[in-house]
This record gives sequence, C-alpha cells and structure tokens, in this order.
Amino acid sequence: MERWARSSDFAPDDPVVLTIEGTHGPIIHAVTRPAAERGARAGARLTDARALDPSLVAVPADPEGDAALVERLARWAGRWSPLVEVDGESSLRLDVTGVAHLFGGETELVADVQTRFAVAGLSTRVAIAPTAAAAWALAHFGKAASVICGKDTGAKLADLPVAALRLPPEATQTLQRLGLKTISTLAGIERRSLARRFREVDNPVDALDRALGRKPEPLTAVSTVRPPRALLKLEEPATHPEAPTQALERLIPNLVQQLQRRHLGVRRLAMIGFRVDGSTAVASVATSIPSREPKHLLRLIADKAAALDPGFGFDAFALQADWAENLASAQDSLVDDPSGTREVARLIDRLSVKLGPDKVRRPQRHESHLPERASGWRPALDKIDPVKAPAAQRPQRLLDRPEAIAVVYATPEGVPRRFVWRRAVHDIARVEGPERIAPEWWRQPSTARLRDYYRVEDQAGRRYWIYREGVIGDGRGGLPEWYMHGLFG
Amino acid sequence: MSRVAKGLSLVAGDGSRAAISPASGAAPDAPLPGVRWPLPAPPGPTLSELFAASPRDAGWAGFLLAQAERSKPLLWVQERMAILESGRIYPPGLGSMELIHVEARDARAALWAMEEGLRCSGLSGVIGELWGDPQALDFTATRRLAVAAERSRVPCWLVRLAGIANLSGARMRWRIASRPSLLNPFDPRASGASAWDVELFRARGYPPGRWAIAHEAGAFHLVAAPSGGTLGEVERLRA
Repeated sequence: MERWARSSDFAPDDPVVLTIEGTHGPIIHAVTRPAAERGARAGARLTDARALDPSLVAVPADPEGDAALVERLARWAGRWSPLVEVDGESSLRLDVTGVAHLFGGETELVADVQTRFAVAGLSTRVAIAPTAAAAWALAHFGKAASVICGKDTGAKLADLPVAALRLPPEATQTLQRLGLKTISTLAGIERRSLARRFREVDNPVDALDRALGRKPEPLTAVSTVRPPRALLKLEEPATHPEAPTQALERLIPNLVQQLQRRHLGVRRLAMIGFRVDGSTAVASVATSIPSREPKHLLRLIADKAAALDPGFGFDAFALQADWAENLASAQDSLVDDPSGTREVARLIDRLSVKLGPDKVRRPQRHESHLPERASGWRPALDKIDPVKAPAAQRPQRLLDRPEAIAVVYATPEGVPRRFVWRRAVHDIARVEGPERIAPEWWRQPSTARLRDYYRVEDQAGRRYWIYREGVIGDGRGGLPEWYMHGLFG
Repeated sequence: MSRVAKGLSLVAGDGSRAAISPASGAAPDAPLPGVRWPLPAPPGPTLSELFAASPRDAGWAGFLLAQAERSKPLLWVQERMAILESGRIYPPGLGSMELIHVEARDARAALWAMEEGLRCSGLSGVIGELWGDPQALDFTATRRLAVAAERSRVPCWLVRLAGIANLSGARMRWRIASRPSLLNPFDPRASGASAWDVELFRARGYPPGRWAIAHEAGAFHLVAAPSGGTLGEVERLRA
C-alpha cells in the first residue's frame, strides 16, 4: 500500500482499495485508512465492500512488484544481519543473535531499523524475540510498533489472538469456534486433549511450543557456509566519488584476512554500496583462477567501484566474495612462478574487467565439420574443454559472415577461374578442391545446402578459401552462390 | 623477435620458380632448395611492426606464425575494424597453440590490451592488429610498446592493415606481401608451400633489404632475393 501511495496521484483521504483477481471477482488486497474507516477490509470481496460504501475507488494491486520490493529490502537489510530471510508476503526475518551490540543494544537496533525504514517511506512493526515464531506473532499482532522480549516471551504472547500462532485458517477458525480466542486460554488447556483434536500439521500445541522455544524451528534457506565478507559502516552518508575507493582500501585487507583463514581464493568479487534510501549499488568482477592477493583484487575492482552511483549517499559498504574456491596457502617456488600460468590468469582478469568478459576469449573447438561451428570462442574466464583438432588444412583467418562473390566457373561443378570480391577482380592462378562439407541435417533446416570449398590462389599469390553453396539441381534453391570465407597466410 | 634462423634459407636469383622446379631433381619430401639465411633479428625480444601489403592479403599471418613461439600462450589483439575487413583469426588454421583473443573496440583499447599483455611475462608473444592510421597510434604509443616488450622480454608484433608507415618506435619494420607459392609436388595445379616478399625497410643495427622467402613444415627458406643483398643499402640511402 505504501509503495502504491508513493507513486500514485490520489489525495491522501480518498477511500482507495487495492484489489487482486479472485475466483469470484476482485478481492481487496490492501486498503487506505479512509477506506478502512468505511468498512473495507483486506481479504473481503470488493462487491461486499462496495455494498457498504459505493464510493470506494478500486485500483489493481501489483503483488509481483511488492514481492520484488520485499526482496530488495531483504538485501538491504543485510546491513543489520548476515542472515536475512523473506518470510511470507511482507515480512523479513533477521537472525540478530550476537549482532545487537554492534548497534549499541537491541533497543538501538530496533530504533535504527525503524528510522531507516521510515526514511524510505515505509512503516514497520519490529519485534525481537528468542524464537522466530514469537517474533512473527509480536510483530504482526502486538500492540506496540516495536517489541523486544527476552525471557518474558510467554507473558508477552499471552494476550495475542490465536491467529498469531500462524496456523492454517481452518485451524484458527476451529479454535475460535471453541472459544479459545487468545494464546493464554489456549495454553491453559490440557495438552493431550488438544493434541488429539488436531492433525499434525496444524497442531496448535506444536505452534505454541515453537513460539515458546520448546520445539526447534530451524530457519529455512540458511546458508551454512557464509561467503567471506567485509563490512564498513560510515559515520555519515558519503556522496563524493572517492568514497568507494577509500572504503576498498580498508575492506580488501579485511576480506583477504578472512580468505586466508579459510584457505579460499576469490573467483567472483562484489562490492556493494548501501545507499541511504534503501537501495544498493553493486559492482562485481570475476577472476579466472582463485586469488586472494590484495594488490590484484584492488586493481581489478577499483575502477568499477569508483563508478558506483552514490545517489543520495552511501552509508555502508560491503565487499563480498560471491564465489570462492579452495586455494592452498602454498608457495610454488622460491622464484616468481616460472611457468607464468598465474601471471596469464591475472592478465585475463584485468583484460576481462576492462574490456568485458565476452571480448577476451579463448578458442573452444567443437566436433563439427562446418568451419564456423568447428571453432567457437569462450570467455577466457571460463574453462575450455579439450577437443581434438581437425586434420584438414584451414585458413588462418575467417570472415565472421561469408561475403558473396561473383565467380566465373565451369558449370555445374567446375573449378573457379576468376572472382570479384569487394569490387576487385582476382584471377585465379591455382586452385585446389573441392572439399565438400554437407550440412548438418540434424540441426540445420532442410533447405540448407552443401558447400564445396576451394583453396584458391590469385595471380599475386594471395590465397583464399571460397565456397560454392549448393549444386545445380539439388532441389534446394536456384543457381548456387559463391562466398568468400577465409584468408590463408 | 625470437630467433628463427633455424629454418631460414635464401635462394638468390631472379627466377625463383625455375630455381625450385621439380626438374631440379628434388624429391617431393626433400627440403626446399635454398640458402640457409638468418632472418634479421634483434638481440632480444622487442617490438616489430608489420605492414600488410593490402588488407585483403593475409600473407603476413603465415610469415608471423612461422616464427611464433608455441610453448606459452599467445595474446592476439584484433581491432574491430580489422576483424570486419580481413577476418577474425581462426584457431584451426593456426596450429596447436594456446591462444587468448581480444576483440578491441578501437585502437586505443587495442593498444591498452597489448601493453597490459606485454607486462605479463607468462606470454610467448603479443600480436596486435590495427586498422588504418589511428590517432592513438603515435610515436609515444609505439615507443611504450617497445620499452614494455624489452623490459618483460615478450616479443610484440604490431600489425598494420591499410596503414601508412609514419614515425614509429618499432625496432624492426617489415612490409610483407604474398608471392606465388612454391610448386606443389603432388598437384601442379594446386598451390604449394607459402612464399612471401618481405621487405625490412627500417631496423636498428641491421641493414634493410628485400627478400623472397618460403616456409615449409616448420622451416623458412629464402627462395629468391629479387634485387640482391646490396639493394637494401641503395634504398636506404635513397629514402
């Protein structure tokens, strides 16, 4: 709703509801305060709400956009905790175990979260509790906008409605029908009699146990191996262009230390700038072999980091090894790496960063007779699979796109005598061929024609690789055409 | 330039064809007749400049590959325009070597990539192809390449397609054109071993000259010296 309100041009006191399409017509997804005062409620049908007040304005909601926003906020919330999880449609779950003191305590942490979201124009309800379920319940159903509870979780939860246990709607409804409206009344019932009346998935006893920490509730999607990461918070938002570079000088030694401890080398490195307005800017580079040499890493990422757009200012930076591989802390020899493999890998990294990974490539052969397919290219950062080289004689240079030429030849399948390429006439002095290459029928259309390749040499001794596409009467088109494909050295 | 004198030989004479016709009695698989001839080479790896006689003549590639060292990776930088005009390098035709190919947007990027490559001692060589006479390629740029090549002991070849030989810091400057290939011992209508007219028109510590040389299966042979060895001196005086 707030996301919509930021970008809409309705007056703040218009009764607007956001709707999504349901099975039986539009369903209200979110309401503004004036609409709520007129009886509209999220989850109700639009027609029902209109029956109460016909002046409601319905606007289609954008759930994908909301999800994207939550996703983005989850990444942004990485500033508070390394473990952030999107929980449901509009909740974020942060594991702040052992984190709060970095912000001066739990109260300060909550205040920081609230202010920063408020700056971003979003209202929040924050709860810190010993269990994830309790935190969720307090955040969604608690009376205050922010709750912190420690050992008194049970007491704090007591007044909440049973819906706070996050049971399936049917189970909640059953409990309400039984008159068990709050958690305290539920907790008062004998466990065994309660457990018998519910299936395992929606057992309120289990839910209660989870909320009170008597039963474990593991965080899902928790990455057990956290990527090496260095974080730098700034006192004040920095907008000057040197800020990322200066931050790098502090972050890189920190990250390298972590890598050293874990015997890792970076393959992909990302510099993340956290902006004041809740967005992030990312610059990432890749390396062709794992590396943890500070000088090399700095040189790779410095240019890209300096180009990060600060927007309204960065207030934190993180340097993260998105992809790290094992790298033993071995010294190969006393002198500098004599084989030069590491040197070459570093060169590839530098070239790829500056020119783009798709401009720095190594040849990758394929099992094919078609010349343009037989030799592909692959970014030099990737691995190359070894494939046996063909035995046939091939030109040193190949035109990306074969160029049509006019050829004088003895039809239908005689050798070429003379050709015109790029408006210049070449008289052929010597010719060798044809080398017939059939189309690959299993991947080309049935109209593809065979090619007869000739190695020709003109009067001046320049040698070319030309081909005739098709033969007369092959039923795949008219007269065959000639093409220039390669140049011999 | 690396030392390649091992397979080079020179056949002096005006009619190169006659000198190597099969009538001379050479068996098809016998080495080419010719005088062993040391290719002018500087004392250490440095920058050499190669001018292609024409953009549609790729003869220089054969001449260059014949002397390329293959033990370590080779960095081959091509400017976009060079790729459009005279084709992208085609690895199956280059023989077995480890290759890193860089497609540079313009001459400035190509020169930068070459210089970066020259700082890396793990390469066997750097080849850069530039089209025309770009602004970025001035005396300073070539001099930087030469110094970088000498410092890291990585040979560098700057190939100029459709370019004019302006001021340059290159230690050796060649002009290379294809010439009719040698006779093919198996098929008289087909072309045989490649042959080139090479002209060394400026070199430090070496007299300029013009030669016709051929290359066959790992060896260079000089098939003809059209104007004799002294011509170089004459032309240098005239220039």
